[in-house]
Amino acid sequence: MQFSVPYLLSIITFLPLLGAAAVLLLKGDGPRRAMALGVSTVTFLLSLLLLVGWQDGNAGMQFEEMAPWLPAVGLTYHLGVDGISLFLVLLTTLLSPIAIAFSNRFVHNKLGAFLALMLVLETAMIGTFLALDLILFFVFFEFSLIPMYFLIGEWGSQNRVYAALKFFLYTFAGSAVMLIAILVVYANTGTFDLMQIQNVPLSSNVQMWAFLAFTLAFAIKVPLFPFHTWLPDAHVQAPTAGSIILAGVLLKMGSYGYLRFNIPLFPEAAATFAPWIATLAVIGIIYGALTALTQKDMKSLVAYSSVAHMGFVMLGLVALNQQSVSGSVLQMVNHGVSTGALFLMVGLLYERRHTRLLEDFGGLWKSIPVYSFLFLVVAMSSAGLPGLNGFVGEFAILLGAYTWNPLFAVIGAAGVILAAWYLLTAFRKMAQGKITKPENEVGRIQDIRPVEFLMVLPLLLLFLIIGLFPNLFFDKINPSVTALLENQPAVTRSLEPVALDSIAGEDLSK
Amino acid sequence: MIQFAWLLLAFPAAGALINLFFGRRLSKNAIGAIASGAVIGAFAVAVMLLVALLGLPAEERAVTVTLWQWITVGTLDIKAALLIDPLSVVMALVVTGVGGLIHVYAISYMHDDAMFQRFFVYLNFFIFSMLILVLSDSFAGMFVGWEGVGLASYLLIGFWFDRKDDLYGWYADAGKKAFIVNRIGDFGMLVAMMAIWAALGTLTFHDVFAQAEAGMLAAGTATLICLMLLLGATGKSAQIPLFVWLPDAMAGPTPVSALIHAATMVTAGIYMIARTQPLWHLAPDASTVAAWIGALTALMAASVALVQTDLKKVLAYSTVSQLGYMMLGVGVAAYGASIFHLLTHAVFKALLFLAAGSVMHGLHGETDMRKMGGLKAKMPATYWTFLAGTIALAGIPLTSGFLSKDGILLGALVHSPVLYVVGLFTALLTAIYAFRMFFLVFHGEPRDKKLIDHAHESPRLITWPLWILAGLSLVDSLLNLPFILTLEKFLEPALGAHEEPALTLELLALALSVVISLLGLAMAYGLYMRRDGWAQNLKKSLSFMQGPLENKWYFDEVYNTAVVNPLKAIGGWFTSFFDPRVIDGAVNGVAHGTSRLGEYARRLQNGYVPTYALSILVGVAAVVVYFLFI
Repeated sequence: MQFSVPYLLSIITFLPLLGAAAVLLLKGDGPRRAMALGVSTVTFLLSLLLLVGWQDGNAGMQFEEMAPWLPAVGLTYHLGVDGISLFLVLLTTLLSPIAIAFSNRFVHNKLGAFLALMLVLETAMIGTFLALDLILFFVFFEFSLIPMYFLIGEWGSQNRVYAALKFFLYTFAGSAVMLIAILVVYANTGTFDLMQIQNVPLSSNVQMWAFLAFTLAFAIKVPLFPFHTWLPDAHVQAPTAGSIILAGVLLKMGSYGYLRFNIPLFPEAAATFAPWIATLAVIGIIYGALTALTQKDMKSLVAYSSVAHMGFVMLGLVALNQQSVSGSVLQMVNHGVSTGALFLMVGLLYERRHTRLLEDFGGLWKSIPVYSFLFLVVAMSSAGLPGLNGFVGEFAILLGAYTWNPLFAVIGAAGVILAAWYLLTAFRKMAQGKITKPENEVGRIQDIRPVEFLMVLPLLLLFLIIGLFPNLFFDKINPSVTALLENQPAVTRSLEPVALDSIAGEDLSK
Repeated sequence: MIQFAWLLLAFPAAGALINLFFGRRLSKNAIGAIASGAVIGAFAVAVMLLVALLGLPAEERAVTVTLWQWITVGTLDIKAALLIDPLSVVMALVVTGVGGLIHVYAISYMHDDAMFQRFFVYLNFFIFSMLILVLSDSFAGMFVGWEGVGLASYLLIGFWFDRKDDLYGWYADAGKKAFIVNRIGDFGMLVAMMAIWAALGTLTFHDVFAQAEAGMLAAGTATLICLMLLLGATGKSAQIPLFVWLPDAMAGPTPVSALIHAATMVTAGIYMIARTQPLWHLAPDASTVAAWIGALTALMAASVALVQTDLKKVLAYSTVSQLGYMMLGVGVAAYGASIFHLLTHAVFKALLFLAAGSVMHGLHGETDMRKMGGLKAKMPATYWTFLAGTIALAGIPLTSGFLSKDGILLGALVHSPVLYVVGLFTALLTAIYAFRMFFLVFHGEPRDKKLIDHAHESPRLITWPLWILAGLSLVDSLLNLPFILTLEKFLEPALGAHEEPALTLELLALALSVVISLLGLAMAYGLYMRRDGWAQNLKKSLSFMQGPLENKWYFDEVYNTAVVNPLKAIGGWFTSFFDPRVIDGAVNGVAHGTSRLGEYARRLQNGYVPTYALSILVGVAAVVVYFLFI
């Protein structure tokens, strides 16, 4: 490695945790705000070093760190980052300061605790994406529940206790089953280390049960239809920063987990169950969109749109070819950026009017034109307008999925129509038409302020950068996806759609 | 020179960005000048590209200008690249030429609007997207422009987002409808791209067509692809079944109707089919479907145009009908003739819309023809230019509209006599509704005296684009005179060789076209000028058609009942019942069940030793049973 900062991954992971402690020790909201924003910003800048030191074309783990943890039972502290996790880490370190900046401005009740929890959450999320030891992963994965539980339960809306408890218990139940499966895998391989387990083939029977257990945990997290009902409740009740992180990052822990563990560890089972998961994914695409269409609360609208969008991600993952999986990895980032931005915009409006009901708005394009214009840009990104980010991921997923199974891809493509429908319907009710409420009149409601614009700006720039130059991302994602698929017995069916007949024999012999 | 083709995109992009970020500090004239200058600059680039192409031998007139690698994933390899060939350059000339004039016109037309800056940002953005659409060298690149113009159209139809009237309802709803209906078409485009890529592993026009011509595309796949492309075309080019958005799109400002919803964007579907013609040769069935959709759309829309009382709605249905002709043309493989009609229609329909805008300008926004009449003396420049557009639309002999439409009808005649008859009958209707509109607006006694008395001719910034377009609409037929066919020969490298029909057939078609258009003129004169007895009797005997025609054959009603409302109802049912009661009900049920179980478990641990003893006994018994019997 020509460039190296020792323990870079550990520093990125645990710096926010130290920051959380510092925030709690400080007196006064001013220093706490500065500390939280400062630490999360420094973490982001440090995470950019990953790009500086990145070895292009290296499909394996980079910046790897390994230390014995509990050698008696084979536990190791093993971190590493590859093309699959790289941008999810960067997404986390980018969204965290944005969510903290928003909270600095609008949260007043027990601010220190709020910011500390946000930073603890950041450590848990980064750790989840970097851990290469099953138990270590599980610890981070589970640990993220606790700060989010308190963020929803303490700072949420009216029905926050129910939503927080449901979020916690539902996802916890899923991962409890996963823990048993992790132990089963350990019993069969003698290690918790992902890099080593990958090389030990598991029996079909073990694969099947372990796969189902892992999938349950991840399907709830994603969430895959019909495991999604915790999501609208959690989003509607959560404070804005919680929603940004929940939609932007936490959901990806599910799809990332599926890609990182289920596909390499249980390849046979992953191939067997692919059509079933794809069925749920496309149901989710249509179901989420149609349900979003009739929502009255803007947050639950965005929540159901997440069900639809994450359906695309899952469809790409189970189609198991280069285009679909690379597309899914990018689409995880896209969804984080676009939906994070949507929740941010909704949050800005909520802080002005203390309502999220569409019927309380109308005609905002007249009174707050810059805000309305930005909202439309964000909506277009979410609706997959070509030239912006969402399209690239969806397009790669659909092309790949079609070579695997045209029917799923065609149903998925129909979801693109519905996405435009519910987003433009929301925009129609919110920004177009006449101003019906005096609170929305020109002069009564504040347009977006410069400091607020600065929170949205990085996301807007990412819309364009990903939309126009996606290869900046694909160049790093592709090699790792290729490597992951090469270990798959099932991928031969659709890796090379061009000359399927001519190369099939070759690939099978590998 | 051709390597600088990206300048074509850079001009309108720069115009849009400058006005977006600095427009607030600029005067209206400066904004208008920047926007118009950007489009005129792009036009100049297009002219230079044309000159450069003409300097090349015919077989080398297809130059790819690669800008950057756009999407690379495994074997998926899409470049951001421009294809400069006769077809794309002709389209770019139409878009920037007509577009430039409309920009200039709009400076005056939109002068008093509070959202002047926003209007020109959108307009430049539209030109930018439209140029991406016609210049891209791949399906994926074309799709970027394809959806970009859809967004521009959405923004401009709903430009007056807080207005509502009896004719359109909420203008914002009209914009939303346009975008969503177009997305149904875009779904077709997506499926077509997926099928192409799955079959051929590329989305670049050149490679797709080369492989298709080499026989690597099965007939069934080609038919599927072409039918899906056709779905896309029916959305963008407002054909049955997806034309319903275009009449509502007239809610937008009139320069928008002229530019986007008459001259350029709506021809994208026709352009796309012409561009992909090598695929259509492999899918004759799909071509036949396209031809029939075109013919029926032309007939349906012309019939509706006969009874509309709103000036812009007549022009809207006329546009749908004329696009139907173009669709018929590409369906019967008369690609060159279709593109020629696309060009002449762009000129004369932009002219008619802008002249109608001039009428509205003179009448303070009035578009109801029942209140007009006798405007000839009040607005002479508008009158004469409108007349030039009317005769071209009606296909009066020697006008551009006559020749280009005749080319399509000839193609239909070669292909199928039935299609030809439908097209010819539509030509009759076209002449009637065109002159009906003309007579109702300009001739006869004023029907609303107060309104007409206050009418005035429009300022020069509005009339001189009209004169230029009127002049063009009279001479652009020279581009493609019968038997010489300059334009079609120029387009041959992109569109394939022109089929030579028998001379007698060609003369027969010409003669019938002359007769039909003059007959239409005469009937309109009898119906709406002299109000002859025979004409009134004819009108009376057809009065049973009035209802269906005035209600536009009930397309909107059927769609609302069969598609829109059911989907909304399903979504509503998901929201109110299925999601909270069934799915979440199951989740909460499991939760309650678990806590109930916990309740029982707690009761078991009640502290009574006999209970524990009993459970130990049961446990031991179970273990014994397990080892003995299982």
